[in-house]
Amino acid sequence: MARLMFMPVLLIGVVLFALTIGRYPLEISDIIAFFQAMAGLKPMTPERYELLHNIIVEIRLPRILGAGLVGAALASSGAAFQAVFRNPLVSPGILGVLGGASFGAALGILLFGNWALIQLSAFGMGLVAVGVGLLIANMFGHASMVMLVLGGMISAALFTSAVSIVKYTADPYEQLPAIVYWLMGSLGGVDMMQIRWATIPIVGGLMVLALFGRALDALSMGDDEARALGVPAQQVRYGVIGAATLVSALSVSLAGMIGWVGLVVPHVVRLALGPGNARLLPASAFSGAIFLIIADCLSRSITRSEIPIGILTELLGIPAFIIVLRRARQGWT
Amino acid sequence: MTAAATATEYLEARAVHFRRGMRVILDDITIRLHSGEIVALLGANGAGKSTLFRIMLGFFKPERGEVRLNGKPLADFSRRALAQRIAYVPQAHVAPFPYKVRDVVLLGRLAETGIFRAPQAADRRAVDEVLERLAITHLAARRYTEISGGERQLTLIARALAQGASILVLDEPMTGLDYGYQVRLLQHLVDLAGGGRTVLLSTHNPEHAVQAATRIAVLRDGVIMADGPPEQIITPSLIRVLYGVAVSTLTNIEGRMVIVPTMERVLDTRREPTRP
Repeated sequence: MARLMFMPVLLIGVVLFALTIGRYPLEISDIIAFFQAMAGLKPMTPERYELLHNIIVEIRLPRILGAGLVGAALASSGAAFQAVFRNPLVSPGILGVLGGASFGAALGILLFGNWALIQLSAFGMGLVAVGVGLLIANMFGHASMVMLVLGGMISAALFTSAVSIVKYTADPYEQLPAIVYWLMGSLGGVDMMQIRWATIPIVGGLMVLALFGRALDALSMGDDEARALGVPAQQVRYGVIGAATLVSALSVSLAGMIGWVGLVVPHVVRLALGPGNARLLPASAFSGAIFLIIADCLSRSITRSEIPIGILTELLGIPAFIIVLRRARQGWT
Repeated sequence: MTAAATATEYLEARAVHFRRGMRVILDDITIRLHSGEIVALLGANGAGKSTLFRIMLGFFKPERGEVRLNGKPLADFSRRALAQRIAYVPQAHVAPFPYKVRDVVLLGRLAETGIFRAPQAADRRAVDEVLERLAITHLAARRYTEISGGERQLTLIARALAQGASILVLDEPMTGLDYGYQVRLLQHLVDLAGGGRTVLLSTHNPEHAVQAATRIAVLRDGVIMADGPPEQIITPSLIRVLYGVAVSTLTNIEGRMVIVPTMERVLDTRREPTRP
């Protein structure tokens, strides 16, 4: 555990660095001076304080916190799903949560146009899709792992086709571009209010996942073995699926579809720290947060207009994944 | 470790009946295991060995009858309490993630620590002890995915021992092992039973059963057709019924039973090429 202590420190450093990125030039020293003034340790002129407060707290911080929460949620739930399904190639969408959330968002854009309702609808439909997947899997008695995967596939396919229907009926000048843009993923719409209500469930979910770390090690050996080792396999599996679904549905409702993070980050961390889930899950959360904050900095600074972050994570994820594949040949034969 | 088994530790299946769909898998099975015994469950593929094991481990409930541990139904024990008493050694398999051998064995301590507590120094010491006992300390830092089948089987046995359970259930532990590992594994099982543990293993191979077991139970079509000491159970006629081949049984100079297949046809064909 002691080896992980550098990760929170690194995360804070990355957050400070990310606060300097943007149109208005700021140095790390400005950021630190502002936080000192905020804590009442150092004086600062009211006009400058006002300006910095606006840039740092109101504009940049929500976005950075959003990126951190979403990255942590995707990476950690990806790692958890990989352990539950005993397959290192599983990503958080396995049970249909992403397909469901996409449909919810698209429907929200079509019906309400109100951002808060769109997010609520995305979150709700994400949960509904996983529920449908589990229901299909349990249709013929106790769900085996293969049934869970198949149930998730069917549910994802169902909701993805529903997205197409919504797209088809959407107004092609206003709504359709909004839907397409949402599906690419963006942190542009995140404000402090959303961060406030999303932080507690996401951080809580991540802590639940980390708590299940050792049980997941046993579960990744197979149900019978986990039981023989004294681990209630079914309860652990559904507990982990519940927590991972909650955090990934919240992340999608905050930032839309952001691919690859949930697949690539756990892989890289596993290569660095080994497969033990008690370490892998928290380490993935921190790494995912750091990765997505940096990716978001790139997305808003490479060009004058913002590049959707989902496109960037895919572009960054592919070379990372190829490097991982090369090194992983020995790992999971 | 709660190593030494008490004399009262026993596991029994009483009149267990199990069906899958319309097919009867187990029909009225009664078997009782006492500490210090090595019981070999002999039977062909599909005889119901694995199902019986799963029921005796409490993975699923029999349709009728019950399994009792020390006289109490398995349902009265929590998963964790069961894991402290009965350990399961599956067939050596490939794990999806490259855990270190030491970490695989450390999973055995989950029964002691519970799933939410990190392993302590005492747990790590227990793991070291077990590794040493099975003479696989040199594997500790290796990846479980990269060692040989025999080494994996020993790792899984080490994990079962780390659980501190006094009853070991092994599902065809010899499958896929080379001759050296088979003999060593049987020796380990004999040592464990000598230390007061109860060993239940399934096997396809009557010779293994004869070499190590103190008792042999024969499962055929879901029924226990014989149960007793090896010398009484293993007869040429039983082998013919079970496997459809002819053997003779001998007693060697140490008074131990040896099974020898009668390979008439093989001998014939071997002679053939020498003919002009």
